[in-house]
Amino acid sequence: MLTAILVVAVCAALLAGALLLPDETAPDAETRLTERIDELLPQTQCGRCTFTGCRPYANAIARGEADINQCPPGGETTMLALAQLLSRAPKPVDPKFGVMPVQPAVAWIDEPACIGCTKCIQACPVDAIVGASKFMHTVIAAQCTGCELCIPPCPVDCIEMRPAPGPTV
Amino acid sequence: MNMRGTHAGLRLTAHKQRSTRHPVRQANLPAQLVLALDQQAGVPAIALVQVGEQVARGQPIARPAAELSAWLHSPVSGRVMAIEPRPAAHGGDTMSIVIANDGQNRTHPDHAPIDYSSLTPAALCEHIARGGIVGLGGAMFPTAAKLRQAATAGGMHLLLNGAECEPWISCDDMLMRERAQDVVLGARILCHALGATRCTIAIEDDVPEAHRALQAALSLVGTAAPSLAVVSSIYPAGGERQLIHTVVGREVPSSGLPSDIGVVCQNVGTAAAVAKWVRDAEPLISRIVTVTGSGVREPSNVEACLGTAMAELIADCGGYADAAGTSQSVALIMGGSMMGLRLPNDRLPVVKGTNCVLVATPADLQPRGPEMPCIRCGNCADVCPASLLPQQLHWHARGNDQPALEALGLMDCIECGCCDYVCPSQIPLTQRFRSAKPALATALSARREAGEARARYESRGQRLARLEQEQRARLEEKRRQLLGRKI
Repeated sequence: MLTAILVVAVCAALLAGALLLPDETAPDAETRLTERIDELLPQTQCGRCTFTGCRPYANAIARGEADINQCPPGGETTMLALAQLLSRAPKPVDPKFGVMPVQPAVAWIDEPACIGCTKCIQACPVDAIVGASKFMHTVIAAQCTGCELCIPPCPVDCIEMRPAPGPTV
Repeated sequence: MNMRGTHAGLRLTAHKQRSTRHPVRQANLPAQLVLALDQQAGVPAIALVQVGEQVARGQPIARPAAELSAWLHSPVSGRVMAIEPRPAAHGGDTMSIVIANDGQNRTHPDHAPIDYSSLTPAALCEHIARGGIVGLGGAMFPTAAKLRQAATAGGMHLLLNGAECEPWISCDDMLMRERAQDVVLGARILCHALGATRCTIAIEDDVPEAHRALQAALSLVGTAAPSLAVVSSIYPAGGERQLIHTVVGREVPSSGLPSDIGVVCQNVGTAAAVAKWVRDAEPLISRIVTVTGSGVREPSNVEACLGTAMAELIADCGGYADAAGTSQSVALIMGGSMMGLRLPNDRLPVVKGTNCVLVATPADLQPRGPEMPCIRCGNCADVCPASLLPQQLHWHARGNDQPALEALGLMDCIECGCCDYVCPSQIPLTQRFRSAKPALATALSARREAGEARARYESRGQRLARLEQEQRARLEEKRRQLLGRKI
């Protein structure tokens, strides 16, 4: 009887000890929250929120350094999802961070005008432009998020936004 | 081999015998045919002919624009009158080739019968694509694309779907009665194209004539003949996923394809069309259409050329049954009473997927009263063959709650209409689900694209960091070398 109690007690103590040990691989609370916020963002990587991409913005929200209404591409849907996740009051997306076109748009390069400077390739946050130095560049429309970051660096202004093609079958 | 039906579904009163009294006959050739370029799932075909050009029967008039597209052939000889948008049964105006029939029936000389067993599976798939063959069960999925996709996995089980569960349609029944040999030959050709190891032809238990005809045709083949499976006639036994579950005993995974569990499903009509193309060198230019319903005088099955106006088929079957001979008091439906498509008028042309033209009087259709609130009786969940909870889907579709709709499997709804049929509150559930699907599909694809964009963004970040580190290391190395030289 006493042995049985002892065995169970020792087992319980060992398991409790194992539970108390810190898990080296588990991310901390802030990283977990950042990931959950990042899941809700549209991954446009446009930087309109004033951060350098969706993940940095998610991290800033998690730290309480940014508000939930700074993402124009996500619009009201993303804002509401963030409000729900973080139990905050919804607030309209602030137009000072930019206004999205009514129809989704993707970048388009006027290929004959392109001089092959690779500046847009370097600017594209999602590797959606292909080309090489002194060769024509082109946008992979299906992978373009419409962030517009390639437009300002172009020295010959040959990039413009055009309506996105329909969803692929 | 007898099999029990799917676990849910409905036993509906069949009206097939009305249209199976006469053998299949050739419909009158119309004076003008309208051939839509998008009569296949996927991308519209590209016209190969010009306005004013003479075409022969069987001549290719449009080529596939992509892998998921199909060839289109002229069903008659004549002249191309126009290539312009015309109203189509499957929705809106679609680009169509209009051909005036010259009545001479000149046949295109370039097609020749082939010996399929001498071709490799890939070459046979290409030949099947050249015949313009698409799924004739109604979905019009390009057959060659389906075969190619499945052939890569190999060792497939080919399931020929002859379970025609819609209560009014009888075109596959008549096809199996009269052309069982075509079906069996088509099955063998498809098996060769797939490298399939097994083949089963599935039919319902209420088509004894077709059963006998198929058995006779199979007995001529001898060894390696396809087997015959008889499933009980419970609607929707012929739904692709339902039939596979019944015959093979395994479920196709949600958002997966039948080939994921080693099965390829083809309609018996598709198999017969493949046989006709390979053996007789006749591409898909006509199909059997059931013209039925209480609103037509002589319901029957006719072999109709693609592009024939439905009004001509109805006239061919004795015309409208009401005293005035008009379509005033009837509902025109392409397909069956459960899943068919309501047509705005009878001037729309037959396409490759037109299995039935139902001229329904109000008595033919389930009477539908005003919609009442859901009383949560659960009848819909009992009959749903996809094991969904229509009452919950309805609730969340009203609130447009997409995460809930996704979790409840809205995309697995096969739109069979069983829930509508049993709903005591007359709620048009299927219609609700159909209209809620596109928004959810868009949201799902947006999320998938966002995931891909995130992956590319993260790998780009890692790449940039690595490049910077490498450059720093190079600079460091250079500085050490320079410092070394100074000392």
